[in-house]
Amino acid sequence: MTLLVPIGVPVFGALVHLVFGWRRATTWVSAGSAGVVLAAAVALAVQVSRSGPVSTVAGLLRADALSAFMVLVIGAVGLIATAATPAYFRGEIEAGRATVRTAARHSLLVQLFLATMALAVLAANLGVVWVAVEATTIVTAFLVGQRRTRASVEAAWKYVVICSTGIALALLGTIVLNFAAAHAPGPAGLDLATLAAHAPGLDPGVTRIAVVLLVLGFGTKAGLAPLHAWLPDAHSQAPAPVSALMSGVLLSVAFYAILRVKVISDGALGPGFARTLLVVMALASLALAASLLIGQRDYKRMLAYSSIEHLGLVAFGAAIGSPLALTAALLHVLGHGLAKAVLFLSAGRILQLTGTSRIEGVSGLVARHPAVATTFGFGVLALIGLPPFSLFASELGIARAGFTAGLGWFTAAALLLVLVIAAALISRTSRMLLGAPSTSDTRVASPVPVALAGGLLACAVLGIFAGPLPVLLDLATQPLAVTR
Amino acid sequence: MEPLYLACGALLLTAVLVLWRRELSVIIRVFALQGAALAVLVGVLAAQENSAELWAVAAGVLVLRAGVLPYLLRRALAGAGEAQRETRPLVNVSASLLAAAVLTLLAYAVSQPLVELAPSAATQAIPVGVTVVLIGFFVLVTRRRALSQLVGFLLMDNGITAVGFLTTTGVGLVVELGVSLDVLLAVLVLQVLTTRMRETFGGTDLDELRELRD
Repeated sequence: MTLLVPIGVPVFGALVHLVFGWRRATTWVSAGSAGVVLAAAVALAVQVSRSGPVSTVAGLLRADALSAFMVLVIGAVGLIATAATPAYFRGEIEAGRATVRTAARHSLLVQLFLATMALAVLAANLGVVWVAVEATTIVTAFLVGQRRTRASVEAAWKYVVICSTGIALALLGTIVLNFAAAHAPGPAGLDLATLAAHAPGLDPGVTRIAVVLLVLGFGTKAGLAPLHAWLPDAHSQAPAPVSALMSGVLLSVAFYAILRVKVISDGALGPGFARTLLVVMALASLALAASLLIGQRDYKRMLAYSSIEHLGLVAFGAAIGSPLALTAALLHVLGHGLAKAVLFLSAGRILQLTGTSRIEGVSGLVARHPAVATTFGFGVLALIGLPPFSLFASELGIARAGFTAGLGWFTAAALLLVLVIAAALISRTSRMLLGAPSTSDTRVASPVPVALAGGLLACAVLGIFAGPLPVLLDLATQPLAVTR
Repeated sequence: MEPLYLACGALLLTAVLVLWRRELSVIIRVFALQGAALAVLVGVLAAQENSAELWAVAAGVLVLRAGVLPYLLRRALAGAGEAQRETRPLVNVSASLLAAAVLTLLAYAVSQPLVELAPSAATQAIPVGVTVVLIGFFVLVTRRRALSQLVGFLLMDNGITAVGFLTTTGVGLVVELGVSLDVLLAVLVLQVLTTRMRETFGGTDLDELRELRD
């Protein structure tokens, strides 16, 4: 039953918004549903760590520790984003940029977005994973284009065309993998656990084609180079809560699919193949993010490129493939999700207060709007991996694992790029936070939703005291780890 | 085996025709023809395996790819002004046709392991499906009109579907249904966005999509 809750409750939430729209009574429905997803994730995590994987609906849904962890990420980031949504829409409706109808449609689509992401990580079958990931593109297309300006319609078009094309490659890969499974000694079909268990019997030539297509295809959706072009546009044009969800969880949900494919690839082709593929994509993503962050003029695009950087780091961790690296990569997914959600929501608030998304248009935030300046500032500190935030621990873990796994040069290159990016982020952010306040914007009361502070706090606590999380992470990484 | 190869030939020919013709209305008609060829291909496989499920899928393919999708494209075209009825390829026609030849060779080289795994009449035709995918991708990146890009995307999808059926092992009915539904929805979303682009940009020429860049 716990498997159906993370999918069913958001669908129910969507129905509530469909019937009752956006009014006082339904304001907190979204956040409530995200909260239930988070609670179900915790219950699922406990259940899975006690008694192993669970499955339901004729074996179509299945959760192991990795799935449970991903639902946890979806629930946590979803809760932050939906809890900040009422305040966001209050600002938008006051400014005349949105109507009650926009808010209702937004909430409906966000709920469906949560449900499709939960389905993607809980599906037992690679084909269903594919359908769910493609469905996320469809439900978010109109969220990206919500403001109906030139720029946002353009972003939505690029988003749908590039992501659908990338995901079409993944479909071809799925079909090819299915073909390989049908002609292998093991049972046919696309069940992920069966494929992973019988991977050594797959034909290497055919599996190689399938893996390249699947990693490129899902990599598109995860924002990894070379098919990342949709990401900065979509993330900068989408409304703040949607940017938070896309950057905080959608990218890692797509990366989850890559992790599943990697297990099959490691079994059929040895660990070298997927590792080479992922190291190349990871370093390309890091280099791209660094080069475009150095001269960045738009703070929402700055955050978007930083997402490419962090997914690059996660991909690098997965490429290393040792238990330490994978644990660090998963922790990084959670830490980055929390920090980036807080940052995009703060950026949305800054945009509402100043009316510009250009970095030079914002200065002296600390003096004018101390609350939002604080969450934005601390968010950036978390992002560049300063202790006590959990990204410090996970980046350290990835780096240590990289050096011990004999990928020293690549790790050094990655660390250098991370340093360059950190310097760029600090210099842009300090320009926004400090300096003389610009005279154009009037000083208004700007309370910040409690959710933002909560997200930062959770990210910091995770860095110091992970509680029972390591048990879950251990279980999650066991089937993924490369045995060298 | 003759009808199978005939259907595959029609699939390839229609893909090349899309590269050759400039008028979008003709391209949409060619695309509908390709959908029909795909349905014939599935029908031939259904007759071979004597499977009622495959016959139903063939009927579904015919309705979706030769009926519904071309209809949606035609409706999008009807809303476009006179000026937007021709494609403006970045690469001229003769170079495009040459590229198609190169892509065909590439498809044959790449899909060799697939054919070798289980040599049969159907798997011998897999490279045709892969060629259609590559030509679709080529159309997608070299065309400027939003509608032509849409055709490129659908061409890719037809090719992928063809590969799916030629590998003879259907991906399972649930997934098959999901895939068809997703494609239909993606096209609907893109159609709405084309309309919105026309409202905000006054045209669907992607040259005008220059607001967002670094």
